[in-house]
Amino acid sequence: MSVLRCKRQAIYVVTHRISENKNPQPFGSPESFKIRNRSGRSDLKQPDRFSLQLRKDGAEKYVNAKVEIPKSEINKRRLKRPNPRRQPAALGPRLSSFSRTGAAFIDRQPRQLPFFQPLLCLAWAKYQFYKSHTPCGSTCLCQGGGFNFPPCHILNVSGFHVLFDCPLDLSALTVFSPLPNDFYKAICKENSDSQNRQKVEKPLDANDLIFAEPWYKTVNNLHLWNVSFIDVVLISSPMGMLGLPFLTRMEGFSAKIYITEAAARIGQLMMEELICMNMEYRQFYGAEESSGPQWMKWEELELLPSALRKIALGEDGSELGGWMPLYSAAHVKDCISKVQTLRFGEEACYNGILIIKAFSSGLDIGACNWIISGAKGNIAYISGSNFASGHAMDFDYRAIQGSDLILYSDLSSLDSTEDIDQSSFSDDNNNWEELMNSLSNYDESVEEMEKLAFICSCAIDSVKAGGSVLIPINRVGVFLQLLEQIAIFMECSSLKIPIYIISSVAEELLAYTNTIPEWLCKQRQEKLFSGDPLFAHVKLIKEKKIHVFPAVHSPKLLMNWQEPCIVFSPHWSLRLGPTIHLLRRWSGDHNSLLVLENEVDAELAVLPFKPISMKVLQCSFLSGKKYSYPSFSFVCLFYCNSLFFCRLQKVQPLLKILQPKLVLFPEEWRTHVSFSDVTSFSVSHYSENETIHIPSLKESAELEIAADIASKFQWRMLKQKKLNITRLKGRLFVNHGKHQLLPENEPGGSSQTRPFLHWGSPDPENLLAELSKMGINGSVERCMTDAESEDGFTVKVQDPEKSMIEVRAAVTVISAADKNLASRIVKAMENILEGI
Amino acid sequence: MAHKQSLDAVVFAGAGQEVGKSCVVVTINGKRIMFDCGMHMAYNDHRQYPDFSRISKSCDFNNAIDCIVITHFHLDHIGALPYFTEICGYNGPIYMTYPTRALAPIMLEDYRKVLVDRRGEVEQFTSDHIAECMKKVIAVDLKQTVQVDKDLQIRAYYAGHVLGAAMFYAKVGDSAMVYTGDYNMTPDRHLGAARIDRLQLDLLITENGSFGFWIKVLYDYASSYGPKANEPRENLFPEAKTGSLGSSFKRSTYATTVRDSKYAREREFLKAVHKCVAGGGKVLIPAFALGRAQELCILLDDYWERMNLRVPIYFSAGLTIQANMYYKMLISWTSQKVKETYNAFDFKNVHNFDRSLIDAPGPCVLFATPGMLTGGFSLEVFKHWAPSEMNLITLPGYCLAGTIGNKLMSGNPTIELEGTKIDVRCQIHQLAFSPHTDGKGIMDLVKFLSPQHVILVHGEKPKMATLKERIQSELGIKCCDPANNESVCIPSTHYVKAGASDAFIRSCLNPNFQFLKSGSEEKSVSGSKCTEGTLPLWIKDERVAEGILVLEKSEKAKVVHQDELLLMLGEKRHEVQFAYCCPVNVDELEKFTTTSLTPTARMLRDPNKSSLIRLLVAKLSRKLSEGNIQDFGEHLQVESFHLSVCLKDTCPYRITNGLEDKPRTAFFCCTWSAADDKLARKIISAMENRDLVET
Repeated sequence: MSVLRCKRQAIYVVTHRISENKNPQPFGSPESFKIRNRSGRSDLKQPDRFSLQLRKDGAEKYVNAKVEIPKSEINKRRLKRPNPRRQPAALGPRLSSFSRTGAAFIDRQPRQLPFFQPLLCLAWAKYQFYKSHTPCGSTCLCQGGGFNFPPCHILNVSGFHVLFDCPLDLSALTVFSPLPNDFYKAICKENSDSQNRQKVEKPLDANDLIFAEPWYKTVNNLHLWNVSFIDVVLISSPMGMLGLPFLTRMEGFSAKIYITEAAARIGQLMMEELICMNMEYRQFYGAEESSGPQWMKWEELELLPSALRKIALGEDGSELGGWMPLYSAAHVKDCISKVQTLRFGEEACYNGILIIKAFSSGLDIGACNWIISGAKGNIAYISGSNFASGHAMDFDYRAIQGSDLILYSDLSSLDSTEDIDQSSFSDDNNNWEELMNSLSNYDESVEEMEKLAFICSCAIDSVKAGGSVLIPINRVGVFLQLLEQIAIFMECSSLKIPIYIISSVAEELLAYTNTIPEWLCKQRQEKLFSGDPLFAHVKLIKEKKIHVFPAVHSPKLLMNWQEPCIVFSPHWSLRLGPTIHLLRRWSGDHNSLLVLENEVDAELAVLPFKPISMKVLQCSFLSGKKYSYPSFSFVCLFYCNSLFFCRLQKVQPLLKILQPKLVLFPEEWRTHVSFSDVTSFSVSHYSENETIHIPSLKESAELEIAADIASKFQWRMLKQKKLNITRLKGRLFVNHGKHQLLPENEPGGSSQTRPFLHWGSPDPENLLAELSKMGINGSVERCMTDAESEDGFTVKVQDPEKSMIEVRAAVTVISAADKNLASRIVKAMENILEGI
Repeated sequence: MAHKQSLDAVVFAGAGQEVGKSCVVVTINGKRIMFDCGMHMAYNDHRQYPDFSRISKSCDFNNAIDCIVITHFHLDHIGALPYFTEICGYNGPIYMTYPTRALAPIMLEDYRKVLVDRRGEVEQFTSDHIAECMKKVIAVDLKQTVQVDKDLQIRAYYAGHVLGAAMFYAKVGDSAMVYTGDYNMTPDRHLGAARIDRLQLDLLITENGSFGFWIKVLYDYASSYGPKANEPRENLFPEAKTGSLGSSFKRSTYATTVRDSKYAREREFLKAVHKCVAGGGKVLIPAFALGRAQELCILLDDYWERMNLRVPIYFSAGLTIQANMYYKMLISWTSQKVKETYNAFDFKNVHNFDRSLIDAPGPCVLFATPGMLTGGFSLEVFKHWAPSEMNLITLPGYCLAGTIGNKLMSGNPTIELEGTKIDVRCQIHQLAFSPHTDGKGIMDLVKFLSPQHVILVHGEKPKMATLKERIQSELGIKCCDPANNESVCIPSTHYVKAGASDAFIRSCLNPNFQFLKSGSEEKSVSGSKCTEGTLPLWIKDERVAEGILVLEKSEKAKVVHQDELLLMLGEKRHEVQFAYCCPVNVDELEKFTTTSLTPTARMLRDPNKSSLIRLLVAKLSRKLSEGNIQDFGEHLQVESFHLSVCLKDTCPYRITNGLEDKPRTAFFCCTWSAADDKLARKIISAMENRDLVET
């Protein structure tokens, strides 16, 4: 088994491999355990570097130029490349202070924000840290970046290549300008571009953004793969599905895709919405030029400000190939038709060899962790997980118990700048109860509720002051909870402010989420049992407290519209959907409030809407990450921080409960989670674009032998080795991840009981003795003819019949005309040889 | 290593002879599972519940039973559960599907109310008991594999029948079984047909057909109507004791071709309703809250949409509206068709009914409980609406004797109710019921699953006997229909576990081609086309797994390839071979060959090797039925038997004396390994012209 993670310099690495080895094996030699599938397909999989999706001339030029770099140069580069992870301050946008508590303040520089209003961004250091170097920058098979951009792995199990998640980096959309509200301006911009823009580093302004129909950034390193080599695709969250139509529409794609039912449905709605929102741009900019968009031309890219270029090209410029124009509705439909949906705990059997099961991860509705089991052990893939959530079913860690290998893919939910306190954790602490308790120690859903309450109170303050609140929809579960909470808050403060949900798929989404009790947390299931709707929105819509509209221009909305109001709408990148229009409307109102998730680079996201007087609240619902609203959140911050700290502490107790043999951890967490004093399992660290070879989990595959066969065993004791051995014969069935040995169809044909495998060296005296016991007499003649056989001899038998036994080092030849005599001689041989 | 293990099934209730309670306890390899915990509606004493004392004499049920599995929410499957958990004190896990978990308390509470409030009986369990009992329930999703404990695994499969009905698969070690509960093999308007994977099963316990349906009838009846407190209930259910309940009902509407007649019946129903409301009449549909009402309501709502009708449809009590709420949230458990429309239970034309609307003018449709006009609201409305000719009352296809429904069906123009006479002038439409699993459905399921054994429960005795006979004769599967409290013991599958080395598994998967001339044995297969000379070649690829099981002290048994064994032992292989230099009379050989060539005779002392071999091949291929003779020119080979022309003057393997001098004798040196001794001897005797039969 091997895990591959690609570095950003994927191209170099692959080039290097190709030049070095005529028969490259990007996954290294697979471990000895392998059952060839019946089709006899080769396991050697060669990444085809020409399959890079770089059709645009600019990009091609670029890549070709880089491919030529010799090996020595690559190493040099690698060494030179500063590790951004270690220097968050250098890369984060104006990160002026970096506190030990894990909070960092972004200094606002008045010259950049001429109309200085409370745009105060407080971001978690980790966020900067992550974003600063994966600014949308992840390539194919990447580390990902938080909830919206889950990591992407390829795992080779029993010769099958399993791809985990196929996300889109939607935060990279920020390089595009939102839909201009006046056409003339856009035209002017396009024309004036080439002359006016020079490569001078100045603060970014809205005109630096790309004015074009947005393209979407896929996982770049995935394009290095020939898709036909992928056997299984496992999607662990709706977000991890957004890039899937790009994959499924490719020629040669034939992998089996497994997604949980809920994630597939929500993912589909998200994709449909994306298409709908993108349509606005297509209508505005018109059909695409056949030569590819202007902005992808090399000259244009050169002119981009460095911050944007980094997003567009990645750290080293290799990521341009990841950009794609959005798929169509037909592609989505086709993609969904290829998906096999699963329920939690349902066993899916791939090719009779792998059993694949999904278990709740608690991150979002339908989000899951995977367990892949074969005859040689179990592998658990843990994506971002949440121990207790207010919407999705809790992280089902008990199901993962007993896995041989755990692949921790995403620790963004277990996020901290603090190192774990080792003193609190020792290896001999094996009390089960205690461990369990330590995991459920802090109720994460309570914490989540507090965060929601905080946002609600901010929203209420805003509407009380006469402003409106804009909340871009991000995570489905959080969105639904927020709806409930805001309604409760409004009730409490007896406000009658309308809540609008403006989204093309909202109606379907809201209806769907009320029909999925099996996917929700315990509290919500209790609602089902007591006959209440799963989410309060059902009631709120009925009571006309919430209004759902498909678009900003729907006539019903225009008739209903009231301000101040609270609006939920897509998209969180602030580049798509109704959000743009509303943000333009309210950006000047200092009473209004915009709620952003921490996943977004707030500074860049709001750039085109400047000057902005609106308040911006940046928050995260992912466990561990907090809201930022410094003007009134210091107390909270402190409190949250302590919670935050224990989250990471959960990693070790968790692993203790799960009792794996081997754990794979991301390299960058090496310093945060130390396993120095853990002896019960071994730990490997992996980094992007690197293949890790995992030693065999089990020496041998489990074989089930039918009782019929077992009852016919004829045991033979080997004294000198203290072994019992018996011959075994049957038909092997590989079925449902198991190897079974069943009786042969026609047992009559093989009634042979004599051994066929012999070893040992016969001694002439013994042989003569044995022969005479059987009534056979002969004489030993040393064999002189053959030089090879020093210890060879020949027994000439005269009585009862003339025959000959020729004994050499590795072979005995019996020559007898009579078959009964021959078999008697064989019997005598068997008595002096060991055999089975 | 392989100790004796078995599967024990004890049918506690609901066996062939009895109506109305299901409870089967199965012990699989030491794990004990109780499937369903139903109550008997016909009794009000201890016979109401299964005889739990048989499970554990000391009433220590927590140790006696590992888990309880409930298939669906009907009382004959769940009725005794609160009693068992709260009064008998069972505290272990209870599994049921989400819909069952949601709807069961409603059923139980309803039943409790009927018992206590209407009949004034002493309650067997309280509301609190129901609530406490439900807290112990673990809800499961379809196909979700639940690990009850280290060894016991259960999984639910869709069964149709009612919302949330499931068949349960249970596995302990290598033994597995399925308990079906009640199921439908044909979809109805809102539920799909039963679906299950092809599983390897030792035992299938299946309910037996339409009997389940009659029990449902009983429910609707007993949950809302019943004898007065002191009246022995057996009197009401005389059939219950004889097991011939089904036959006491009129079965006139029973259809054999399910689908067609079903649509026809639905059309008929809609037509009748439409005609009534078009004429300004009111339609009363007495129905039970769960299941039937929703099905009819989907039908009507859909029809209203299509026909653009504006006549209001009402639901009577809060219960039905509440039930709709459950159906809405559990829509993923309905049929695919319903699922696709998110708002299937969001009936656009359905409103809550208010008592004041009873006498309001204008047409309307009303769903009211209970189903057989046995009291409650539906009877109250009936009193008001029955005297008008414009109105319509739809009745279920069956009505128990003594109920108003039954009287109406028999065409009574006047009904006496609590002293007042009601002149029934309204139209009456009789709704037909779709049957449950029929014999064919069960046969299909049994055939699909092909278990080692089948146990039939919950059915009419004669029907069960026929079915048992059919399963045994047509499918060749052992089948039994135990009586109550009879224990059935079935041997369980058991596998011996061992580790298998990679080399062994690889060797098992190696192709093992065998080329057979379609010979004597396969004449029938080869057919008439095959004439002499154009015999098709049969290619067989039967991969045989051959290895060696090694048992080392204190280590796990391991299967290895024979080469690996030698490595393990650090020994070298010593081969035992046979050799024989066989004299053959060339004349004989030529005589035998039909195409005798003269040159061969001349080549006697200057033998051309290949021509001799050719001759031999020709001879052998006639004499030998098995083995694949390969001619390599210089030598020939059959399996490990190797033959070449021996030109040596003194071959060490030329043992037989006296032949050397004979003219026209050629020598063939043969070697073979011990494994092919039999074959080799046959070949040699063929060569030496001895009679083949003798060997």
